[in-house]
Amino acid sequence: MIKSWRKIYAKNDNIKAYTLLSPALILVILAMVVPMVLMLSFSMFTQVSMMEIDYTFTFQRYIDFFQKNLLVTLLIKSIKISFLVTLITLITAYPVCYYIAFYVKKNKMLWLVLLTLPFWTSYLLRVFSWKIILGTKGVINSSLINAGILNEPLTFLMYSETAVVITLTHAWAAFALLPLYVSLDKIDFSFIEAGRDLGLSRFEVFWKITFPLSLPGVIGAILIIFIPTVGDYVTPALLGGIEGRMLSNMIQAYFGKINNIPMGAASATIMLTTVVLITIIVSNVTKRLTQRLT
Amino acid sequence: MNEKNNTLLIYTLLYFGFLYVPVLFLPIFSFNDANFMSFPLAGFTTEHYEEMWSKRNLHKALWASIKVGVVASVVSTTIALFAAKAFARYKFRGEKISYGGIMMPFLIPEIILAVAILVIWVNLGFKLGLVPVTIGHTLFCTPFAMLILIARIEGFDFSLEEASRDLGENAWGTFFRVSLPLYLPGIVAALLLSFIISFDEFILAFFLTGSDATLPMYMWGQMRFVQKLPHVLALGAVIIVFTTFIVLLAFWLRNVGQGKAKKDITMKL
Repeated sequence: MIKSWRKIYAKNDNIKAYTLLSPALILVILAMVVPMVLMLSFSMFTQVSMMEIDYTFTFQRYIDFFQKNLLVTLLIKSIKISFLVTLITLITAYPVCYYIAFYVKKNKMLWLVLLTLPFWTSYLLRVFSWKIILGTKGVINSSLINAGILNEPLTFLMYSETAVVITLTHAWAAFALLPLYVSLDKIDFSFIEAGRDLGLSRFEVFWKITFPLSLPGVIGAILIIFIPTVGDYVTPALLGGIEGRMLSNMIQAYFGKINNIPMGAASATIMLTTVVLITIIVSNVTKRLTQRLT
Repeated sequence: MNEKNNTLLIYTLLYFGFLYVPVLFLPIFSFNDANFMSFPLAGFTTEHYEEMWSKRNLHKALWASIKVGVVASVVSTTIALFAAKAFARYKFRGEKISYGGIMMPFLIPEIILAVAILVIWVNLGFKLGLVPVTIGHTLFCTPFAMLILIARIEGFDFSLEEASRDLGENAWGTFFRVSLPLYLPGIVAALLLSFIISFDEFILAFFLTGSDATLPMYMWGQMRFVQKLPHVLALGAVIIVFTTFIVLLAFWLRNVGQGKAKKDITMKL
């Protein structure tokens, strides 16, 4: 019996692979899938009082969500901020990756390590350092006032959407830099040379050859930045003020001081669903774009 | 391209400035002899560092973070090692879905993971504390560790393992005497980076710690009070130096013993 089992095991790659994968899959199922399913079911319950929850199924929390102007506004604002962050990060990081992929010849690895190094320092501390820079008594304002350029501190810098967007663009840079660099570095340089030889201008070479070939990296960067930033909590909490609040701050409040767990669970579910839908749309649109361009 | 491009070079250097300058303000102001973080600098002092040493709660939080980080990084690297081996070595049914599933915790907003774990943990009747934080961190670190390990294992010559088996070594012997030594730099890199991720992680800790604060939770608690900020700056500066050292060590290890051809694979992370 044992012998025949061993024989099957030795021959079958599927069984071998899943034996090796089982700890990781069990972890994902127990620590992510099951809790998320439970969260989903909690979004269909009702909080009766501080400690009491009514366990009859209802979609009322979802109806509540869309009837509360504040929540819908925060959802839209979260998406808008994430969208801006993704776009700005991509546009600002692209030329850097382009330079390293095509112009740097020695020690490319070192350049990349240096680019990603700040990302590894604590996220909380990086957000905090922006507070030092943008604050009313912060680096920018105190320098400008000392230099006599300003009399009053610039207030739009701190506790605003602008502050959140700047900080998140800084915080997520590494996630744009790596996929963009990898896809640009893969491009066979003879394609670009061929384009030049055929008389295309630099601009045309970029739009018709380089950019379309780098699209996999662009899509990767969009997904990897957009999805997590929609749910960002720390930056809006520290720098957003009232104007820069995002949906996650409200979700936290539902689990914290408001203590309405079903409502919090429903908000989290709606956030996740929206993110997934937008991601699917974005990646499909970009895929079509790629097909048309190449 | 054979020509130079100075515009792009200048832009790239400016971008480096954008990435680094904000982080450097923490160490600069940690030596500043004032409670406000503004220019001009008031004078040099190491007072904030002394203050940092004297904080009892800080020591407790540091110890909590180390405990969580060690357990989370060891468990997630072990789990990730098996998984990475499966992906690097075998072609199997459901490969894409399994890969996507294991990478998911890295992609979905952390707050959703945190809230989901919170709901199940409380409803199972357990108390919040370092245990659920460790579980969350293990879940969150596994995809990172797996990416690093896949890069290491992908270039591995599996005929070495087969040779060892043919020469009469059993599966465990082969693993410990052939595979493990070759994977070791990757494993250490994965351990170090997972530890750093766990050490710096805030959101999961924020929802799940209850009263046992980890280091980022401690800092969060202090950030609200202006007079307590300077010692947070000092602490932040120490953490930045420590993290940078560990990460550079991990980057260096990741490339040990790997030929130049392998470098582009390591770049995936």
